[in-house]
Amino acid sequence: MKVFLLKRLGFAVFTMFFVVTIVFFLFRSGEADPAAIMLPPDATPRDMEILTKNFGLDKPLPIQYLNFLKNALRGDFGKSFRYNEPAAKVLFERFPASIQLGVTAFFFSAILGLSIGVLSAVRRDGWIDRFGRVLALGGMSIPAFWLGVMLMLLFSVNLGWLPVAGRGEGGLDTLRHMILPVICLSGYPIALITRISRSSMIDALKSDYVVMARIKGVPEPYVNIIHAFKNASITLITIMVPMATVMLLGSVVIETIFSWPGIGRLVVESTFARDYPVVQVFILLITFLITSAYIVADILYALVDQRIRFQ
Amino acid sequence: MKESGQDISQTFSIAPPDEASGKKLGVRTPYLGLFFLGLFFFMVIFADLISPYDPYASDLSKGTLPPFWEKGGSAAHLLGTDFLGRDQLSRIIHGSRMSLIVSLGCIAIYGTIGVILGLISGFVGGRTDMIIMRLTDIWQSVPGLIVILLLVSVIGPSAKTVIISIGIAGWPGYARIVRGECLSLKQRDFVRLAKVAGCSNIRIMASHIFPNTINTLLVLTTMDIAGIIVLSATLSFLGLGTQPPSCDWGLMLAEGRQYITYAWWLVTFPGVAIAITVIGFNLTGDWLREILDPKQVLR
Repeated sequence: MKVFLLKRLGFAVFTMFFVVTIVFFLFRSGEADPAAIMLPPDATPRDMEILTKNFGLDKPLPIQYLNFLKNALRGDFGKSFRYNEPAAKVLFERFPASIQLGVTAFFFSAILGLSIGVLSAVRRDGWIDRFGRVLALGGMSIPAFWLGVMLMLLFSVNLGWLPVAGRGEGGLDTLRHMILPVICLSGYPIALITRISRSSMIDALKSDYVVMARIKGVPEPYVNIIHAFKNASITLITIMVPMATVMLLGSVVIETIFSWPGIGRLVVESTFARDYPVVQVFILLITFLITSAYIVADILYALVDQRIRFQ
Repeated sequence: MKESGQDISQTFSIAPPDEASGKKLGVRTPYLGLFFLGLFFFMVIFADLISPYDPYASDLSKGTLPPFWEKGGSAAHLLGTDFLGRDQLSRIIHGSRMSLIVSLGCIAIYGTIGVILGLISGFVGGRTDMIIMRLTDIWQSVPGLIVILLLVSVIGPSAKTVIISIGIAGWPGYARIVRGECLSLKQRDFVRLAKVAGCSNIRIMASHIFPNTINTLLVLTTMDIAGIIVLSATLSFLGLGTQPPSCDWGLMLAEGRQYITYAWWLVTFPGVAIAITVIGFNLTGDWLREILDPKQVLR
């Protein structure tokens, strides 16, 4: 177990290094000069020079790269070109808004998806199953951004029940602002969780131990939950842990539509403005979270299924 | 394990009803899905013949007309016009072509990369396999959207950028599945026979193993097209994909969004077109999986 974890950690570090390197050189290979984008068109060449020097853009690429690595190890990811503040700080200021939306949406989709999926498997072809299938197909097929626009059209523009955009001013107001983004953000995850939990539940219900439990006369709810669901959850962990991570980091699309001041929107804006440091920190963060999510998923496997001995 | 489970359940008939009665779960033909798909390909093929107007021709005197059943709408423009007076029905019909071009382009790129890497990885095995699989792991821990954002900011937004970036981002799925298929096919007699007969490795991979993965690839491609249509529409919507004045459903939604308060049809119909097409591909993909993938490698 220890050896396994160390191996995984080593791999995670290697992955991050790899990603950072690629990102660094990709960004620097772009034709446009960030200094030219940041400065107004009437800036003098002298201004350009000062700015370029300030951000260390005048040195040769390999040196820039080494400097970047050295600083990154110390937790310094450079200054945002746009805000003239440390890029990490700019990003983390937007973090709470994204987490607020992401965590709510994750729990919403997990609860709804799991209960519909499990109930559909237990009562196959019942009305929940039928409803679940339509829901799953819809969630997979309807683009989140269009769902957002449609809900906005119905509830905000026509009925006027819910606010159009923004984060609200705390308390009940914030809750009202969250309803539509959370529904849109949950659409695809609900579909995925419903599908996976249904199919892995059906497999589990067919297995020897469930049949054995039934023979022993274990009451049906216990069979479903203790025997079948616990085994079905192994597949679910693989899907849901990385999903939770990605949702945590906010949604580029949903945040843009609903003007939610989270990380996703910041990254899109920074991409357009070629504010590399901010995008770099974001990519680093997301790679870090996802690689650790896989490690967490591996550990959870072992806790749920004792047969898995780490190889 | 699994099979013995079914044996027991049949003996004791305590399994869920449909297994106990011995009724085989029939594969339902997805008429709705096939109809939607047919509609989509009809639009793609006959776009020039069936669209009532030139999708790019603007006429400001006829700007933002509502669809024909609304007050102020006319039968001349069945689904109304946009802010530049372009006929929306014609633009939707022509938009289908963009969706198909983009998704086929993406699949051509990442399908090729994925199939080749998967074949090599599965067939050669050993260290090569390990390196390719590690690369796949790394690639999968970077979300596709990030790769796309990166490339868009470096190359600039266009349909080409979308194709290239999704193409670069999407291959790990194909590589993994082809590798898995390849591993099991490698053990089969016809492959061993080919080896004994002196076929080169490349020939075995190309003409003995690859043809046997085509069923799986067909299912995977059908499902993937659905995902790519949603993704490329999302990118166009964000301004990171196709640029005006192209006919693209995502772009149409982005343009219509500014007029959401008084022109509901501009944000509704392009989305309906996307949803119908994607539902068509998804339903057909599910069905193909049932009939072409009995081993259920794609579950």
